Amino acid sequence: MSVYQKNEFKEVETSRTLSLVVDNQPGTLARVIGLFSGRGYNIESLTVTEIDKIRNLSRISLVTRGTSMTIEQIKSQLLRIVPVHIVRDLTLEGLFIKSELALVKLVVKGANRVEALRIAETFRAKTLDVTLSSFVFELTGKPSKLDAFIDLMRSLGDTEISRTGVSAISRGNKTETKVLEQI
Amino acid sequence: MTLNYMSGAKAVIKALVDNGVEVIFGYPGGAVLPLYDALFENKKIKHILVRHEQAAVHAAEGYARSTGKVGCVLVTSGPGATNAITGLTDALMDSIPIICLSGQVPTHLIGTDAFQEADTTGISRPCTKHNYLVKDANKLCEIIHKSFEIASSGRPGPVLIDLPKDIQLTNIKYVNKISKIKKYNNHSSTLDENVINKVAKLLLQAERPIIYGGGGVVNSGPQASKLLTELVNILDCPVTLTLMGLGCVPNTNKNFLGMLGMHGTYEANLAMHNCDVMLNVGARFDDRVTGRLNAFAPNSKKVHIDVDKSSINKIVSVDYGIVGDCKEVLSALVKEIKKLHNQKTIKPKTKWWSQITQWKNKDSLGFKQIGNNIKPQQAIKSLYEQTKNFDTYITTEVGQHQMWAAQYFGFSKPNHWMTSGGLGTMGYGLPSSVGVQIAHPRSLVIDISGEASFLMNMQELSTIVQYKLPIKIFILNNEWMGMVRQWQELNHGSRYSESYTASLPDFVKLAESFGITGLRVDNINNLEATIDEMINIKGPVIADIRVEKEENCFPMIPSGAAHNEMILSSDDNDKDTSNEGLALV
Repeated sequence: MSVYQKNEFKEVETSRTLSLVVDNQPGTLARVIGLFSGRGYNIESLTVTEIDKIRNLSRISLVTRGTSMTIEQIKSQLLRIVPVHIVRDLTLEGLFIKSELALVKLVVKGANRVEALRIAETFRAKTLDVTLSSFVFELTGKPSKLDAFIDLMRSLGDTEISRTGVSAISRGNKTETKVLEQI
Repeated sequence: MTLNYMSGAKAVIKALVDNGVEVIFGYPGGAVLPLYDALFENKKIKHILVRHEQAAVHAAEGYARSTGKVGCVLVTSGPGATNAITGLTDALMDSIPIICLSGQVPTHLIGTDAFQEADTTGISRPCTKHNYLVKDANKLCEIIHKSFEIASSGRPGPVLIDLPKDIQLTNIKYVNKISKIKKYNNHSSTLDENVINKVAKLLLQAERPIIYGGGGVVNSGPQASKLLTELVNILDCPVTLTLMGLGCVPNTNKNFLGMLGMHGTYEANLAMHNCDVMLNVGARFDDRVTGRLNAFAPNSKKVHIDVDKSSINKIVSVDYGIVGDCKEVLSALVKEIKKLHNQKTIKPKTKWWSQITQWKNKDSLGFKQIGNNIKPQQAIKSLYEQTKNFDTYITTEVGQHQMWAAQYFGFSKPNHWMTSGGLGTMGYGLPSSVGVQIAHPRSLVIDISGEASFLMNMQELSTIVQYKLPIKIFILNNEWMGMVRQWQELNHGSRYSESYTASLPDFVKLAESFGITGLRVDNINNLEATIDEMINIKGPVIADIRVEKEENCFPMIPSGAAHNEMILSSDDNDKDTSNEGLALV
């Protein structure tokens, strides 16, 4: 333990999902990632894509982990970045939806092919590519559901995985439109 | 129509003028030749040619800190920009508003490892408040206007604008500054009256209050310093200042306990440790100030005023965090306290003050000037006594001399003390004094220096001579990197590994080689006369003050210790530093 460590009770670290609206310009993502690496915060998942072509905005969905003091610090630090306009703590705000997409390639022959298709059907995965010795499945949903599916596929044969990372949005009729108009 | 069209380089200069720039510190090179061409023709901006790009940024910092304006820097691509990085980091850590224009290879060569190409925006991203690479000449003007707003609003900081050479040569339409650009600091501008009321009550009811002010008060402008002093006087409570905050409350104020922290006074640190209510105004609970965190002001309610939300609850959890400009928050707080004050009397603090007086009686800054050798503390004390009737600006380098300057020189006004606090950059003081003297040509500007720090940026002597700047360089010469030597003595069994400054130049001859005056003194009986002579010489002076070689800087909170575990002299250093403490800087 460092002598400069905070005099706090052993506070538990929790996972938080943050939703950011940022300017879609070179360097913005580097600033966000640089903040996390430079200050020693965790990134568990990060996705970024343009969401508004006219205003040139992107959304970053970010899953991080820390004590509430650390999370507050992360949020304040993110807001210091000039092209970051909105920082929302979805975990703190209430109910929200977290979804992810996985592409799973499975190399499989013989009886396990039927098993793979049966499991894929149970998980409502789409079959995107079929050869005599392989499948590519597409599955969306909660990360835990994707984890379970991938685990099962791994037990059936050689796999290759590509996941998008979590994308998140709050439930209910609240939107950011008014805030975005002021940008 | 032709009036508004001009080359990118000319537009840059015009935009600088429109943003109030009068002086720019820089060094030319291939990638900024069009800009230098535009500067050549302009009549409004004075260019100061430094001798190293790091010095350009430090000079701009000195200029900015002593005037409250934005400091401006112009460097070339590649090595020009990389040399500026230390200065930019320094400005970021100490919240100094700087605009740094850097040249870049033409856009079509970016990414090809061209001559003098560096990924300047990439390198400077973590050490600037924001930066831009201008790829579209039509956005050039807007970017410059925005940069000034970003650098000076909220918590100030450096902004770098990377300008490819082809952009400087493109003909563009000049775009005027929009009267009001949105603020970039993301803090709510409305103060919560309820919180102000609660804090006012808390301060009025406190038995052992203390106010702790920092660089944020200086950045907020002279008004903030006045309000802070007014608040101290109304509450009749003790006040202490951080290294960056010195001058916010006049040193002559009876409630001022001196600087706090690692080399702060005994009374300031003990008052912090024992207070029941602490009001932090524009300081950031830096590790030099807090000491061991789990023993920091253990039984106190803490209030923190800061313009930067991320400063609040970053290191120390506080009971009330107020996000806002010091001047605005202090003004609201003073008003509220005056209102409440009329209704009931402030609790008398006689017990608290008598306790503080006891700590003061320890005379933690006391030293004995024995024999003919000059004690460095005495050198600073004499310097202060002999210059206090002038409008004196002090800059420092980093190390023991810096701490002695903070302890023994008195500052009665803000913006008169320029030092590298956050980054601790040796070599800051000399270039910084260039910026200060440019901004205040008639004032007395002194760089209090150590011989080792001086060597780090001594090329700036050439700048000083070129612009006939009457800067006084006051070198406390002990032939050691004093602070390193002190830590090696206290923590590493006096094994003085590489901390001796061998092969020093003859500073008097060095001065003479630049055509300026060099003075030397090694006897206490001649100190006053030497200082007098230094002040009275019209031009620049290097004063080589040969001081006691192995003097340590006390009082001191050893690393890893708490405020109440201060040591006042080497004799106090009986406990070995803990392993955790040894790991600290």
